[in-house]
Amino acid sequence: MRTIANDIAERFEVGPLVEKRADLATLEADAKDVPELLARLRDRHGYAHLSFVTATDLIEEGVFVLTYMLHNHAENHSLAVKCRIGRENAAMESCHLLWEQMWTYQRELKELFGIDFPGSPRVDESFVLEGWIDIPPMRREFDTREYSERTFPTRPGRSTKDPATHMKEKLYPEAL
Amino acid sequence: MSDMKFTRPPADPDHALKPAGRPGPLGKPMVLANDGLPEEEKPWFCDAYPTASGPYKGILENFLNWARSKSLWILGFGTGCGAIELRPLMTSRFDMYRYGIQGRPTPRQSSVFVIGGYASVKTLKRIVRSYEQMMGPKFVVALGSCTINGGMYWDSYNTINAIEHYIPVDVYIAGCMPRPEALLAGFKELQRKIRRGECEGAVKYAENFEWYKANQKKVIHDWNMPDYNY
Repeated sequence: MRTIANDIAERFEVGPLVEKRADLATLEADAKDVPELLARLRDRHGYAHLSFVTATDLIEEGVFVLTYMLHNHAENHSLAVKCRIGRENAAMESCHLLWEQMWTYQRELKELFGIDFPGSPRVDESFVLEGWIDIPPMRREFDTREYSERTFPTRPGRSTKDPATHMKEKLYPEAL
Repeated sequence: MSDMKFTRPPADPDHALKPAGRPGPLGKPMVLANDGLPEEEKPWFCDAYPTASGPYKGILENFLNWARSKSLWILGFGTGCGAIELRPLMTSRFDMYRYGIQGRPTPRQSSVFVIGGYASVKTLKRIVRSYEQMMGPKFVVALGSCTINGGMYWDSYNTINAIEHYIPVDVYIAGCMPRPEALLAGFKELQRKIRRGECEGAVKYAENFEWYKANQKKVIHDWNMPDYNY
């Protein structure tokens, strides 16, 4: 593990390699270095399997954190490469030439978070939402309940009760 | 229409609610616009409104209803997680075939549409299309609480809350998930309703076509299919 950390630190400006578990470590990198870093991890260090790509919305800091989870089958070890990109006009360099399945994740991120990956195949086509016209639904400023109430009419008569109060009313009405 | 408690969209005088076959404002039969289709595809599809046929009464109709109730063919389209409860129904333990219920692969051959739980907007588009392609008389069984009031997906951005805004429903089966026994009870109830001549969903759909269509188009934003898929 230390050799990998040294090798990476020599070439890229990365944060410390944090070992979360025996089989999982994380690494923060600069967004512009990520494609080269991933290529090096894949070709030199055996992290040949891309498990997933996902985004975390840190709305307070105004950034998205992109997480590329790689796996080394020989060592049975996973490595999460994280990078931060700005929330405004969020865009990231496409890595679909490294792993072919990457473009599916990038298409999903484009639709659900609005992160653009210029040059990624079919990135502008709809993925799971057809005809979506609002802001991307996984962004944290999107209010899903408000959208649902505005868009989908409900059957009248639905109500909820606080369980504690309801049971008190039912069992000990004199106590209230 | 007594069970329809929802507010209707304001009536458009040029596009008023009219059953098919009746003349429109200019004395000609009204045609559907099919705005979602490209110009070269418009001649391929039907542009007529659905025809409300029935409800009929009488001894012959009672006999036909009895026959219909004994031969319910389900459209094999699992629209949500509830479709998993249809599989045990086919097995020897529950054996839906003894009631004359069986699955069919195409809407043209089926008479019962089972809405299996939650319906996302993307699935709703296919539900509408399949429902309209089914031959009348057709019946809809909606199972799970998601179809009734949204269930656990009541505040989801992508799941509709009440299926009867979009297609008429004959029988609801509550539960999350309803067990196969509940499904059998629901099908028995559907059979009773058919024998009483109360399952006129297709007539209701044709008579209130504009209302249903407006609701559907309100949530399906990329309408790229014919307005009436028959």
